[in-house]
Amino acid sequence: MTKPESPQPPTPPAPGAVLILDSQAIDRALRRIAHEIVERNPDLSRLSIVGVPSRGIEVAQRIAFHIQAIEHTMPHVGIIDVAMHRDDLRIRPRLPFVAVTELPQDIEERTLVIADDVLFSGRTCRAAMDSIASFGRPRRIQLAVLVDRGHRELPISPDYVGKNLPTSPTQRVYVRFQSIDQVPDSVWMDKE
Amino acid sequence: MSTKPKTQESPKPSATTAWTRKDLIAIRDLSKEELTLVLDTAAAFKQVGTREIKKVPALRGKTLVNFFVEPSTRTRTSFELAAFRLSADVVNISASTSSLSKGETLKDTARNLQALHADIIVLRHSSAGAPLFLGQRLTASVINAGDGAHEHPTQALLDVFTIRERLGRIAGLHVAIIGDILFSRVARSDIAALLKLGARVTLVGPSTLVPREFEKMGVSVTHDIDSILGEVDVVNLLRIQHERQRKEYFPSLGEYTALFGLTKERAAMLKPDALIMHPGPINRGVEIDSEIADSVQSVILDQVTNGLAVRMAVLYLCAGAAIAR
Repeated sequence: MTKPESPQPPTPPAPGAVLILDSQAIDRALRRIAHEIVERNPDLSRLSIVGVPSRGIEVAQRIAFHIQAIEHTMPHVGIIDVAMHRDDLRIRPRLPFVAVTELPQDIEERTLVIADDVLFSGRTCRAAMDSIASFGRPRRIQLAVLVDRGHRELPISPDYVGKNLPTSPTQRVYVRFQSIDQVPDSVWMDKE
Repeated sequence: MSTKPKTQESPKPSATTAWTRKDLIAIRDLSKEELTLVLDTAAAFKQVGTREIKKVPALRGKTLVNFFVEPSTRTRTSFELAAFRLSADVVNISASTSSLSKGETLKDTARNLQALHADIIVLRHSSAGAPLFLGQRLTASVINAGDGAHEHPTQALLDVFTIRERLGRIAGLHVAIIGDILFSRVARSDIAALLKLGARVTLVGPSTLVPREFEKMGVSVTHDIDSILGEVDVVNLLRIQHERQRKEYFPSLGEYTALFGLTKERAAMLKPDALIMHPGPINRGVEIDSEIADSVQSVILDQVTNGLAVRMAVLYLCAGAAIAR
């Protein structure tokens, strides 16, 4: 487990939640993912990082900024809506917000990297792939996640992982970003 | 699909607004936040029409019944296509094919539909309040597709969606609604939606069809179209329903056109970026000059396209809320 390095640890999102990654650790993990993406996809003009709303968009943007810092070229960043492709509407307590998808025109020429904050059952990723397929046929689809917490329900495996986090199925994982949640960047999980 | 690499604006504030209504009965029931949520959701669904595969699985396995006790082609077709794009199954029932013509009550017909496990009932009815009546008695979602002279909420939603899409906002705009206001459910829904979203509304028409009584809703009323054309951002022309023989309300169609029709001369008085809207079907040469209906300022066909997106959003939100119960 990463040692928190912030001078003042931020307040937990739930009582007793344990800090897993602080802002520096998140930054390092995403920078490493950026290096790995560039290594496997040297032609940035044929790369697009597509975020899953809402925190996946933030993950996608940060990876893209790291790639720009490494390669001095900003890759295309998009948004892929998954709400209308989900198969679990009937068991969700709240209807997910439907966002506008932004994909490049030349999708057939590109590798799309789906970016999300947490990988759990894999159903969001499946919905994202279905959604992408309705727009066209990219050359490749890859998956980048900040946290992989296990418990897959589908045969899906991430290509780039910021942090492997063993959890029990009922434990909650919280990702917080300054830009969305107005608290310092951090990843938490419930105590067992 | 957009080529712009701009991703800074999301997530929208409406992402935090929850939709809990299984029915859509009237715009008057909705908060400003709920209206905005429907419009934002519709923007996402509008994109489905531009995809290679124009269909998403959101309502797969759901059954929608188009129950049109009053005849309609375009609204029914729009709901039907919206349901297809969401992968729902659709059954159409019109007044003549339903047992209403055999004397069955509305409630009994509806209970039969529910016994068939219909998930969404889209109802058009000549009596105001019919959708509310059904919505309160059924577990299925009920969507009002026009009830008497009460409301036609999805028409108002597509109107404000079109304005927002073209002009970027609703708040602060001045919208003129011209024509038969008295008998128009579209006008009532439009007024409610525009006022809630912060627009100024002026109603225009003969005093018989636009009584001053409407001022109580918070709108202005004028019987002189030429006095306001130069200052409005949108003119929404309502259809003169001449097939209903409302001859007692104005002397002749010719006189109506002379006094209130959007002729070429009048269109020239509009601001260059003002929008011309019409819920259709248009009577060319009556409420609008044929050339003006096809001009660059006319967004009449955008309204049709947007109607589909707005109805997809409404079906998705209401069916989703019904599931959550």
